[in-house]
Amino acid sequence: MAARYGNAEAEKDGGWAVEARGLVKTFGDNRAVDGVDLNVRAGSIYGVLGPNGAGKTTTIRMLATLLRMDGGSARIFGYDVEKEPQIVRQLIGVTGQYASVDESLSATENLVIFSRLLGLGRAEARRKAAELLEEFGLTEAAKRPLKQFSGGMRRRLDLAASLIAQPPLIFLDEPTTGLDPRTRAQMWNTIRRLVKTGSTVLLTTQYLDEADQLADRIAVIDRGRVVAEGTVDELKASVGNSLLHLRIEDQGDIREARRIVEQVLQVRSSASAEAGKITAPMAETGRVTDLLIALRGAGIHLAEISVQKPTLDEVFLAITGHGVKENESPESEKSNVAEVASV
Amino acid sequence: MSTTAAKRGAGRPLKNYTSFGQSVRNSLTMAYRGLLKIRRTPEQLFDVTLQPILFTLMFTYIFGGAISGSVSDYLPVIIPGILVQTVISTSIVTGVQLREDMEKGVFDRFKSLPIARIAPLAGALLADTVRYAIATLLTFVMGYIMGYHPDGGLGYVAIAGVLVIACSWAVSWIFAFFGVIARTASSVQGISMIVLFPLTFLSNAFVPVDTMPGWLQWFVNINPISHLVTAVRELANTGTVGPDLAISLIGAAVIVAVFAPLTVRAYMRRT
Ligand SMILES: Nc1ncnc2c1ncn2[C@@H]1O[C@H](COP(=O)(O)OP(=O)(O)OP(=O)(O)O)[C@@H](O)[C@H]1O
Ligand SMILES: [Mg+2]
Repeated sequence: MAARYGNAEAEKDGGWAVEARGLVKTFGDNRAVDGVDLNVRAGSIYGVLGPNGAGKTTTIRMLATLLRMDGGSARIFGYDVEKEPQIVRQLIGVTGQYASVDESLSATENLVIFSRLLGLGRAEARRKAAELLEEFGLTEAAKRPLKQFSGGMRRRLDLAASLIAQPPLIFLDEPTTGLDPRTRAQMWNTIRRLVKTGSTVLLTTQYLDEADQLADRIAVIDRGRVVAEGTVDELKASVGNSLLHLRIEDQGDIREARRIVEQVLQVRSSASAEAGKITAPMAETGRVTDLLIALRGAGIHLAEISVQKPTLDEVFLAITGHGVKENESPESEKSNVAEVASV
Repeated sequence: MSTTAAKRGAGRPLKNYTSFGQSVRNSLTMAYRGLLKIRRTPEQLFDVTLQPILFTLMFTYIFGGAISGSVSDYLPVIIPGILVQTVISTSIVTGVQLREDMEKGVFDRFKSLPIARIAPLAGALLADTVRYAIATLLTFVMGYIMGYHPDGGLGYVAIAGVLVIACSWAVSWIFAFFGVIARTASSVQGISMIVLFPLTFLSNAFVPVDTMPGWLQWFVNINPISHLVTAVRELANTGTVGPDLAISLIGAAVIVAVFAPLTVRAYMRRT
């Protein structure tokens, strides 16, 4: 909500950094992005969450003018991506999923060239490069060719390169994939700092945890569609802060067991492919006692019970009715829990 | 809304086009990048150093006696021929490397920057004139060592060298075009060789035209490479400026006028 930069003006315009309507991209007969709507408020961190091949990168590339859209429209701070791409490019910084820096040059050379391209003078470009290298802890490696850089260093340089012009909107495609926990935490801090100074960040991730830590709002994308959208809390509530797993001894009881679970917990459950297994979101762990009593009253015997934090896979299972790994074969059993999009 | 955006745009007004001045500046920066790359990977220069040395030696000693009676008589014929052939074929590398370069992630960044769309292409092509200059210099030096002392003098030889470099730069737009549209770097190499091989050999670069059959003479005489070779011979050997120089320059201009827009458009369509 907090449009922290250019407040008055941004509010007048609705304060949207990104407004995308019905984005479509097809590769052959593969609809990689299939009608994606995104609204990102200026000054916020927006997370796009999804499994491999969901269409996250394709979406970002269309928004960043790197890929032509086959359908729909998008505006960046009110400027049409297709009609005014050169203006849009002046407002964005892009850190792609794969390092978009020059392998054959040194870190300094990379930053100087990007700075020069962005219109900085020779001395100014050198100063900016040194400043960014310092900020991202790369000063020592500044002169080394990138071939000798570790993945984390490359990632940081990549981000540094996106910040040269201090763009108001920054796209980060999986900024922490492949980083060790410490470097990941550093990256998170950097991203938070960016937003404090007034930037808007749109990032993609495969980790619920990361979206949780960073994002004000999240869109869950699957097979090119937004399947859920909301604040972190809304999304979590829909999946439950924790997930209850039950295994019933007698498979014949499963129908009755699900009814009881749904009645006691006031949520919808899903029965997974594994025999006799029921999964349900839970807002309060305390309810588990009520549930156990109710089940015993109905004479249903449990083989196993556990309460766990939801993993991304389970968020997916809950939201889309199919797991991350089996997204090739849509399950017929749809037990959608999430209707967050309408919240 | 525009003020919102402009506020963070470092005070610059936002515009949806790039000025000519900016295009030139961006291209020069990209050329600087090309030079840095050459400096970082000097092994890239292997072909431009070896080919002139090897070809000049081989062709001169193999054909010298047969074509001109003696090696020393052949030198004024072959050195300009080899020069054109070598430098022009060096421009294939431009297309191949452009293709390889475009596959790298850094091109995504170039595309996302508010720079002239032509800059990454023009810059790469401009940087490669360094290769042409090296090849040109080496060919003349080899010739000199073998006894080629052009009567035009150093000044005209230099002009001839610049002419060849300029024309190769023009021709490199053709290969850049293939580089942009082709799917793999090796296919660029393949297509380019097929175009270039007949062009350079079906010319007056190595042998006198009057020994060829009539229909071939017709092609050789309209072949732009022949005109370039003749222009270089006139400049270097006699210090004269003939119509072939004008034809070569016009040809080069036409190539750029046709292929530069084609290449840029193809490059932009890839996005
Ligand atoms: N250039 C391309 N040509 C053909 N198909 C493509 C291309 N780029 C992406 N795709 C396809 O589009 C779909 C979405 O890909 P995309 O890269 O957007 O997914 P993603 O969500 O970023 O996945 P990941 O988490 O693996 O990065 C995939 O099925 C992919 O195979
Ligand atoms: Mg991706």
